[in-house]
Amino acid sequence: MKATDLIGSAVRNTFRSKLRTTLTVLALFIGAFTLTLTTAAGAGVTDYVTKQVASLGTDDVFIISRTAPTSTDGPVPYDPATSSASSGAEGTSLPGAGGSDPLTDADLAELAGIDGILSVDPVQGIAIDFIELDGGPQYEFSINPTSSITQADLLAGKQLTQDSSTNEIVIPSNYVESLGFADVEDAVGSTVQLGLTDLLGEHHTVDAVVVGVSQDSLLAAGAGANPALVAEAADLQSARIDTGPARYPLAVAYFDPSQSVAGIDALQAEISDAGFSAQTVQDQLGVIKTVIDGIVGVLNAFAIVALIAAAFGIVNTLLMSVQERTREIGLMKAMGMRGGKVFSLFSLEAAFIGFLGSAIGVITAVAIGTALNSILSAGPLSALPGLEILLFEPSAIIGVITLIMAIAFVSGTLPASRAARKNPIDSLRYE
Amino acid sequence: MTSTPIIDARNISKAYGSGTGRFEALRDVSLRVDQGESVAIVGKSGSGKSTLMHIIALLDVPDTGTVFFAGQDALSLPAKQISEVRNKEFGFVFQQFFLTPGASVLDNVTLPLKIAGVSSKLRKERGLAVLKQFELADKASNRATDLSGGQKQRVVISRAVVNKPSVIFADEPTGNLDSATGKVVEDTLFDLNQDLGITLVIVTHDEDLAARCDRQVFVHDGVIVSESRKPEHAA
Repeated sequence: MKATDLIGSAVRNTFRSKLRTTLTVLALFIGAFTLTLTTAAGAGVTDYVTKQVASLGTDDVFIISRTAPTSTDGPVPYDPATSSASSGAEGTSLPGAGGSDPLTDADLAELAGIDGILSVDPVQGIAIDFIELDGGPQYEFSINPTSSITQADLLAGKQLTQDSSTNEIVIPSNYVESLGFADVEDAVGSTVQLGLTDLLGEHHTVDAVVVGVSQDSLLAAGAGANPALVAEAADLQSARIDTGPARYPLAVAYFDPSQSVAGIDALQAEISDAGFSAQTVQDQLGVIKTVIDGIVGVLNAFAIVALIAAAFGIVNTLLMSVQERTREIGLMKAMGMRGGKVFSLFSLEAAFIGFLGSAIGVITAVAIGTALNSILSAGPLSALPGLEILLFEPSAIIGVITLIMAIAFVSGTLPASRAARKNPIDSLRYE
Repeated sequence: MTSTPIIDARNISKAYGSGTGRFEALRDVSLRVDQGESVAIVGKSGSGKSTLMHIIALLDVPDTGTVFFAGQDALSLPAKQISEVRNKEFGFVFQQFFLTPGASVLDNVTLPLKIAGVSSKLRKERGLAVLKQFELADKASNRATDLSGGQKQRVVISRAVVNKPSVIFADEPTGNLDSATGKVVEDTLFDLNQDLGITLVIVTHDEDLAARCDRQVFVHDGVIVSESRKPEHAA
């Protein structure tokens, strides 16, 4: 029997007992539907978080802070050589970085001395009073201190240029209309004015070119500014008065991103030994991802339980089918069909049932999910722009279908081998 | 006759069960069937006639004894070749028809060709040609279950000849039919025997049907008790 005939016969046999096939397919449908939605939800949230965390830094940097003092050791004795005053009020947008001591220039020099660190830049906080467009209305404005090293989730324009001498800025999308731009494209390329007050109470304005418009972000609040703009603003703000030893909440250390994971880990360990905490973007992503993966894992487990129940349904359906078709199997064997082909015929039937259930389940899940997505983004999730809660990835969809077909095929092997072992004489005598 | 018999079964024994429940279906039975012959295996139910047919049709394996098909020791062949012999050389007609319900008449008839791996175009051609021969061409796309008893058995015979076999095994071919339709089916089988030279092995308890065969083999309690020939062939 040719492979195409085998498949054709298997498909036709599937539809011979319509009610039974429908019920079995329905069980698989529920599993496929659930699995597709949970996988899509996992992918959607992960994708969103990845974009959000990418707005916290690129992948060739460590974000360095002082290791927070551990409370179990009691208060740390003061040592003028190493201790630095802690303001406790240093604002930072980075999770896990708050509450620690600031970094001094001596710390930066020590970090720069570590082998493998290409350069260390302090993160300077600048306080902007307002933003305006050519004398238009003024709005409160803040610049994310780590923005010079981040990848913004852009709606239009391009990322900041690190080594450019022009002042560049990336503004959040909710400023676009307020400032008087027609749309995001209109904002890109125009010059805005930033107002700030120096230490002596004098007001200054700085011009900056809008190079990009970013999606409102959950984690990285505020606009982005390139080093040139930050330097100029900081310079103006200090009013050229020496305010004593510089203190920075955070520093950014660059390393060679092409080295191995082990090399990066070693470097990180070395920085930790020196008394600092170094986090890569992957580390920050890792914690959040672990939580998401955990939740998705639990949801997937429910879907898998549904599929296991469905697998027994397939075994049952096909065993009944083998029983019903005993004579037919006997006849085919009498006419020279080999046991192996009989096995294939029933296994293929099982796989086809799996395909039917999974394909219908996946298509329904995508259809309902897409509709749900637009309802959710417009309604309950409108506060999280850029979040597409259900992200259907082709690879995940193919994976779900393949998994279910595999489960179905495995379930079909018991009935199929029973059919294959049937003796033609006994089968033909079967009443 | 000097030519090699198409089927030559020697010293066949077959028993079912074990211990006190042991039942000897066949005891040291030998049977030769020549090419182009029509042979009736006659006996009561439980006589062992069906078991004998199953063994010479290579559907079952005897406990002892040998079966030669066209001079070749069939029992020593690998399973794959035995299946192929059944597929290519044998046609089967059963009392209970064994038609696949729901499938079309054409699909039922071409099943042996499908198993043999013949392309669907050739299958259709050959199937329609055979159905035409048995005046069933207009029923090709009907469902097999919608036919009358006589039509069903003619579909079964079509299926048996579609692969151009050298032997047709018929197990009580007229058992489920009234005498008029039974007669038509009998005629069809003997026409195949006479016109195409297909060897016919019929298992029956119907003496009239047996009498139409060249030779009758009477089986009783697992042994061949007597053989007879049609007068014109006896000479």
